[in-house]
Amino acid sequence: MNVALAIIAFFFAVAIALALLARRGHEMSLEQWSLGGRGFGAIFVFLLMAGEIYTTFTFLGGSGWAYGRGAPALYILCYGAIAYCMSYFLLPVIWRYARDRRLVSQADFFVEKYESRALGVLVAGVSVAALVPYLVLQLKGLGIIVSEASFGSVRPSVAVWAGAIALMIYVVISGVRGSAWTAALKDVMILGVAVGIGIYLPLHYYGGYGEMFARIEAAKPGFLTLPDHGSSPAWFISTVLLSALGFYMWPQYFASVYTAKNEDVFRKNAMVLPLYQLVVLFVFLTGFAAVLVVPGLTGSDADLSLLRISRNTFGAPMLGLIGAAGLLTALVPGSMILISAATIIAQNVYRPLVPGVTERRVSVLARAMVPIIALVAVVLALRGGSAIVNLLLMGYNLVTQLFPAVVLSLGRRRVMTAAGAFAGIVAGVATVAYVSLSGTTLATLLPWAPDAVKDLNVGLVALMVNVAVFALVTLATSKRSASRQAAAAASVPFTSAEHSR
Amino acid sequence: MANSVAPFRLRRYHWIAIVPPVAMIAGVPFANRVHTLVLGLPFLLLWIVGCVVLAAACMALLYALDHRATTEAGARQ
Repeated sequence: MNVALAIIAFFFAVAIALALLARRGHEMSLEQWSLGGRGFGAIFVFLLMAGEIYTTFTFLGGSGWAYGRGAPALYILCYGAIAYCMSYFLLPVIWRYARDRRLVSQADFFVEKYESRALGVLVAGVSVAALVPYLVLQLKGLGIIVSEASFGSVRPSVAVWAGAIALMIYVVISGVRGSAWTAALKDVMILGVAVGIGIYLPLHYYGGYGEMFARIEAAKPGFLTLPDHGSSPAWFISTVLLSALGFYMWPQYFASVYTAKNEDVFRKNAMVLPLYQLVVLFVFLTGFAAVLVVPGLTGSDADLSLLRISRNTFGAPMLGLIGAAGLLTALVPGSMILISAATIIAQNVYRPLVPGVTERRVSVLARAMVPIIALVAVVLALRGGSAIVNLLLMGYNLVTQLFPAVVLSLGRRRVMTAAGAFAGIVAGVATVAYVSLSGTTLATLLPWAPDAVKDLNVGLVALMVNVAVFALVTLATSKRSASRQAAAAASVPFTSAEHSR
Repeated sequence: MANSVAPFRLRRYHWIAIVPPVAMIAGVPFANRVHTLVLGLPFLLLWIVGCVVLAAACMALLYALDHRATTEAGARQ
């Protein structure tokens, strides 16, 4: 066994041990397992939310984009900051509602707000369709990182299996507490490793940051600015906006809002998370450093740039640390995805199908779903074809379709109807699926439009279709539901009072 | 939370929150026209990093203002 592998194995063992210790002293009801008993303070919620910033996508894809495409990669740094500015106002409202109604999953939010189980099932379906490919992506990334960092002594498939089995065990036993504890270890590693190599590599190979960028600009003119066509400013802005809207719509982050013990947690995090997000900058620096040091990686191989330049530069111990950091960037989001998907299936698909089922059964079923979902993800990660790639590309656009129905439900009185929300989400999701599978862009839809319009992210079209259908169906159905709501309010006075609080 | 703290509500200074997103987004087409390095960094990168730091600063300012406003309002009650 080489040194790098020994270091990776050591951190793997520490992560599992931490996750298992996290359970101590807690009875595992569904609320405890999935939401940590709604008792997390600012630091634990920070750890969970920082998971969004640092997944294997950021680690490999962030450096890969900087290496392969240059300036367009910067969009990854933008959308988070915008989402955090919204979070200051949005998350406390969501949290308060979730606490009062004891919501467990994101789909629960829709069920309660729109008083529609069917809408909950639909949202559950969209969630799982976006979550499973995301988990597959984490496992694939884990396989690549461990195999590269161990100098090929561990095959990717072995690493994927090991990672998935560890996830299954600690997620079933410790739930979201396990995620939060391993996230603490992950953040220390990332801060040390990603920031460290991002600072070191440009100095080592170019003698400074200005020198590095000057040499890149000389070798590839225009690489450090957005091009006039394709990834133009219009593309950049529309992609940033769409990603910012979708940011908290990922079911695992939406549910991480529920774990907080008070709403002050979110306002504190809104000021810390943008700063923490700057660590992405150092991943970019690594990707840029690799441009002239390890040239020739094209297509999806660009994602290997961080690992390749590290292999060319560092010895086995450092590579082991990089591999361990990469492993943790897969495990933490992976565990949150697993918990979310399992909770959603038990709570929003199984529970409505079996009336009168006990709390305990739902809780047991949620944990029983974990190995099943993990196994599906392993199989897809090891032999998934183009279908899974398509789902991955769709993921962000899929969850963004939930945004209109969430935001328009936050007012004191409900103006939009469940039928409207249902139809809007279906229309939006169908548009996303059609557009992604057929490769449609605004340039093919509107060949006569100016360039700036052609470059807009086509996800905007899906969102507009969604909102339009949402509004139209709401107009068509609101009269009926308004009279029904009035009747319900008259018979149950407490509900309306609570709603307007 | 302590009883002397008033509930959160929207106030006029909350408009501060819209400054970083607007600066970031509206600034991109202009920052992208600068092709020289500024402080050794591509200007677009510098602009975006600046806006991210501004976002953190604005959120900290809001937090401080809200903290004062809710405690004062709570004390008056």
